[in-house]
Amino acid sequence: MSFTGVMRPGHAAIRVMDMDESVTYYTERLGLIKTDEDDQGRVYLKAWDELDCFSIVLREADAPGIDYTGYKTYSRADMDDLVKKLEDYGIDIEWIADGELNNCGERARFQTPSGHSFELYADKKQIGDGLGRVNPNPWPEGLKGMQVYRFDHVLLYGPKIIETTKIFTDVLGFDLTERVLSPEGEMNVSFVSCSNKAHDLAFVEYPEPNKLHHVSFMLMTWEEVLRAADLMSMHDISIDIGPTRHGITRGRTIYFFDPSGNRNEVFCGDYTWYPDREPITWTAEELGRAIFYHDRRLNENFLTVVT
Amino acid sequence: MLKKFIIVIEDTGEEFTCTPERNVLKAMEQLGRKGIPVGCRGGGCGVCRVQVVGNGLYRTGKMSREQVPAEDEEKGICLACKLFPEGDLNLKVLGKWQNIFLNGTQLQK
Ligand code: FES
Ligand SMILES: [Fe+2]
Repeated sequence: MSFTGVMRPGHAAIRVMDMDESVTYYTERLGLIKTDEDDQGRVYLKAWDELDCFSIVLREADAPGIDYTGYKTYSRADMDDLVKKLEDYGIDIEWIADGELNNCGERARFQTPSGHSFELYADKKQIGDGLGRVNPNPWPEGLKGMQVYRFDHVLLYGPKIIETTKIFTDVLGFDLTERVLSPEGEMNVSFVSCSNKAHDLAFVEYPEPNKLHHVSFMLMTWEEVLRAADLMSMHDISIDIGPTRHGITRGRTIYFFDPSGNRNEVFCGDYTWYPDREPITWTAEELGRAIFYHDRRLNENFLTVVT
Repeated sequence: MLKKFIIVIEDTGEEFTCTPERNVLKAMEQLGRKGIPVGCRGGGCGVCRVQVVGNGLYRTGKMSREQVPAEDEEKGICLACKLFPEGDLNLKVLGKWQNIFLNGTQLQK
């Protein structure tokens, strides 16, 4: 087993302004499955190809955005080890009790200089994908909407992303996979991976702290991305940009908004990351192509609309 | 008969019509008009912030409190994507895109 420590983005807690409308959107349109609801009114959702009982938690609030992003570690021992490393690095840990989120074990929460909250956790109940682990079928019938496979990553906007990225690379064992450099040569966009994916998390330097740029869900094929775009027009979902290709990560993608204005992405086809690779660097002059490979120019809406 | 109201964007003099069931931002976009920046179209990002000037009649849908605090709402400030006219409206544009990568250079740190 060579894959330990932080395994994957395990959950994102998203604020929405109207719960009923949002649940309809996340289930009927994106195709997530509602698995639970708690006494605070929070709704728990999972994508069909995930085994853990939830990956998205919706909370009704008077402003949209993201409350926190949780990363699952391979074991409790790995989690304790990483928490100790965070503390040694000078980061305060807030312990969130076992069961505060239904069916999720104890979580270690911390803040980054970018103003975002992150959590590490090791235990979450697995309910499976309905296909089983013995002679399974390739996919379940009865899926809805875009039929996303999994919650894949978040892109966050905030200040001090160099320091913030360092916490993930130097303490939590992530690799820097891609970065954008300003004309002064300072990193102002970072992509990091805790796995074999081109990214599990990304940051963009921005003056206001704790902003959400997008929550992303994975599809397998370009055809599925096109079909997702068709569904957006069928249901009058607000499209930001796409379907198109990113220079960064090579992903084929479309961006759109949930009913509260939180940006979502569905994408397919980034590359496989290995830790013996050099990170990819994009220079300021090529930023347009780095972000949208065909458009090749900076898109103000995409760059600055956040919740 | 379908009611239609006249929306005037004072900053640019742009004028278009909007029905009471349609939000002002959507009416602007569908008629190919410009003047109010378009962002999420969901009342979340604040890019389409406008102020209703004078005593125009309107109602609003759910808007992010972060983008429109209660004291702003009293002054007629709202988000165009959640603004439904119930009379002719004169608007001032408040929202804007912050270009953080102007010519590839970061403006603010
Ligand atoms: S476009 Fe985002 S709040 Fe109106
Ligand atoms: Fe993404």
